[in-house]
Amino acid sequence: MKKLIYLSLSLFLLWSCTDSSTSGLNEDEFEREAILVNWADNIIIPSLNNFETTTGSLKATSEAFADAPNQQSLDNLRDAWLESYKAWQHVSMFEMGVAMDLRYRDNMNIYPTDTEEIVENIQGGGYNLELPSLVNSQGFPALDFLLFGLAENDAVLLEYYTTNENAESYKQYVVDLAERIDSLTNVVHTDWTSGYRDEFVSNLGNGANSSLDMMVNDYIFYYEKNLRAGKIGIPAGVFSGSALDSHVEGYYSDIYSKDLFLESLDAVQNFFNGTHYGSETTGESLNSYLNYLDTTKDGTALSDLINGQFEEARLRAEELNNDLSTQVETDNAKMLSAYDALQLNVVYMKVDMLQALNINVDYVDADGD
Amino acid sequence: MLISIVRFAAYGWIHKLYIEPDFFFSYQWFEWVQPLGSWTYLIFIICGLSAIFVSLGLKYRLAIITFFLSFTYIELMDKTTYLNHYYFISILSFLMIFLPANAYFSMDAANDSRLRAERIPAWTLDAVKLLICIVYFYAGLAKLNSDWLIQSMPLAIWLPSKYSLPILGDLFQQSWTHVAFSWGGAIYDLMIPFLLLIRRTRIFAFVLVVIFHVLTRVLFPIGMFPYIMIASALIFFDANIHNKILAQLSRWFNIAKHRYDNGEVYSFPKKWLKQSALTVLTIFFLLQVALPFRYVLYPGELFWTEEGYRFSWRVMLMEKTGYTNFKVVDSETGRQFYVDNTEFLTRFQEKQMSTQPDFIIEYAHFLENHYKQQGIKNPEIYVDSYVALNGRGSQPFVNPDIDLTTIDQSQYRQTWLMPFNDEIKGL
Repeated sequence: MKKLIYLSLSLFLLWSCTDSSTSGLNEDEFEREAILVNWADNIIIPSLNNFETTTGSLKATSEAFADAPNQQSLDNLRDAWLESYKAWQHVSMFEMGVAMDLRYRDNMNIYPTDTEEIVENIQGGGYNLELPSLVNSQGFPALDFLLFGLAENDAVLLEYYTTNENAESYKQYVVDLAERIDSLTNVVHTDWTSGYRDEFVSNLGNGANSSLDMMVNDYIFYYEKNLRAGKIGIPAGVFSGSALDSHVEGYYSDIYSKDLFLESLDAVQNFFNGTHYGSETTGESLNSYLNYLDTTKDGTALSDLINGQFEEARLRAEELNNDLSTQVETDNAKMLSAYDALQLNVVYMKVDMLQALNINVDYVDADGD
Repeated sequence: MLISIVRFAAYGWIHKLYIEPDFFFSYQWFEWVQPLGSWTYLIFIICGLSAIFVSLGLKYRLAIITFFLSFTYIELMDKTTYLNHYYFISILSFLMIFLPANAYFSMDAANDSRLRAERIPAWTLDAVKLLICIVYFYAGLAKLNSDWLIQSMPLAIWLPSKYSLPILGDLFQQSWTHVAFSWGGAIYDLMIPFLLLIRRTRIFAFVLVVIFHVLTRVLFPIGMFPYIMIASALIFFDANIHNKILAQLSRWFNIAKHRYDNGEVYSFPKKWLKQSALTVLTIFFLLQVALPFRYVLYPGELFWTEEGYRFSWRVMLMEKTGYTNFKVVDSETGRQFYVDNTEFLTRFQEKQMSTQPDFIIEYAHFLENHYKQQGIKNPEIYVDSYVALNGRGSQPFVNPDIDLTTIDQSQYRQTWLMPFNDEIKGL
């Protein structure tokens, strides 16, 4: 008789496996699609627009520098690099679509950069920057090294591009790096503006594959791993037990690491609040979603707690030396204090916010126990 | 169950869950059960094949034992994936080892006329019915708590996020819907065993079963459980309904069903076989009845400590989110640092670990050994952790001042967890 169970079970299963989870859209008091639209149209694509402009000018100035390496063209290139690096902080967290396939973030910004490999590439030639093994010797950190870190002063640094026996290769490498940053960005930008935007906005369901769940997971992952740990925690030695001054972002240019961090903090907070890129206007966002759900913690709105914590982290970070590697060597306690402020927001977002929004973390069944 | 295995493989879950991670969470006393690298696939193949053999009723006894062992082994490899319905399949297959499920409409019976029997003793069917009743009834009892009935938690969190369902999506935003679903669920679980047992209400009950489980399938990522329960409920029906289904199947597959209709009653070949089967089943059911209540032996809030939570048919009762940050202190030099969990755990493992105390302890001991190998002679492990339970704000979870290397699973969890600043009344 038990056989019956198996047979009927199989029938049910066959039927069940063909059912696709329902994901039709219908009217709703809170229009979640509006969040996706706001993210895509007012934050992600405008950030990419702006970033693409800067990478274009980075590429142009690198070519100008290669044509005539001198103090003036070097300064121009450094300015373009810094402007683009700052604009990158508003793009880095959106590792989805073709950006995910390309490992966009890894190609753009792995630090500390591998200086030995860079020099090997230059001297040996024949490198292929598309190889996954070369992610450590390209992107903004590699340019940071080549434009600031090759020598103690600019006169000696310029010799690498003028009188050095490999001067041509040095110039070519700089141009190739800028070119790759620009071309990858073109691909990602085109992906968003020609198709992926609509796919993103219309992927509304509730599963771990829906845009909202993926974006929120990626956002928190970026905040925890790249911003909190990468920019502050790792240099401060939180994960190693001793400070690692060479692990700051923009290590060779010395004075920009704090600015880059503050820029990225603005970017994550703007994303949370749905603030349009380059403007004060806000739209639907995690903030407004939490307010709609009326999520509170000990009597305070969770969205206020999270924003308050962003402010707190910014206040503590503003106390830091412009050069975070100097900061960890002279007074690491301040760096750790900034880290603690960032850390508390991981709890608010990863525990309280994820619970309130009921975001799926991964693709495996779980019945809530 | 075959489909369940195939589904697992098709989603790439074997690799993701059992090959990729560096570290697996074991059940107490079953630490020796570990994935076998690439051989893990073989276990899945064996499990799948034995499921086919069981379905065909070919070499039934051997097949069901193999299925029980391989399936249970898979479940024991990593408790991250613990699901009540996997446990249900494990114990159901254990139960079936002792039942003559191959006496009718099976290849064994086709091959061996002595085995063929149209009727089997009532207690063999009753055993399966009893197990299903236990599952439902205990699931219902577990819902009788203040979070579920008064706060409508966790449904009040889960349902609103299902906004994109047609029609229901809007209803799920209303709090009366949460209350109705909570109470409905509890009453359903408590009543359905009786409705299925009573002949007059059986068809009505089965309609309820189908509606209820299809709904849960649509709403929650609980895999095959709904279908298994729907199919299992068929066993409550009379033989003539089953006969009709089998007759239909016989027509499709051209099987000579009448061969099995020999009017014989199945009897165990040896008396001692029957007696030992009955003894094992009695012990089995006594355990099943008692096990879910073991939590009363442990101090502290069950939902907070989860001591005695598993294997108790506590299904969909909690929305628990957590975050844990492990600090390693070298007790000789005072050097301290935090652990990047993603170095050792998958995202899914990290999520499950963050809310379940036994996972936290096991992981802490794993870290202790890892850093000992890295040259830290006497590492101390502390954890900063926060957990939010059923819509309450996040609270500190593990006592941050306790060195977890000094704690083991035998200690009451309440002694090293922070107090739960609330009360959940009920069973």
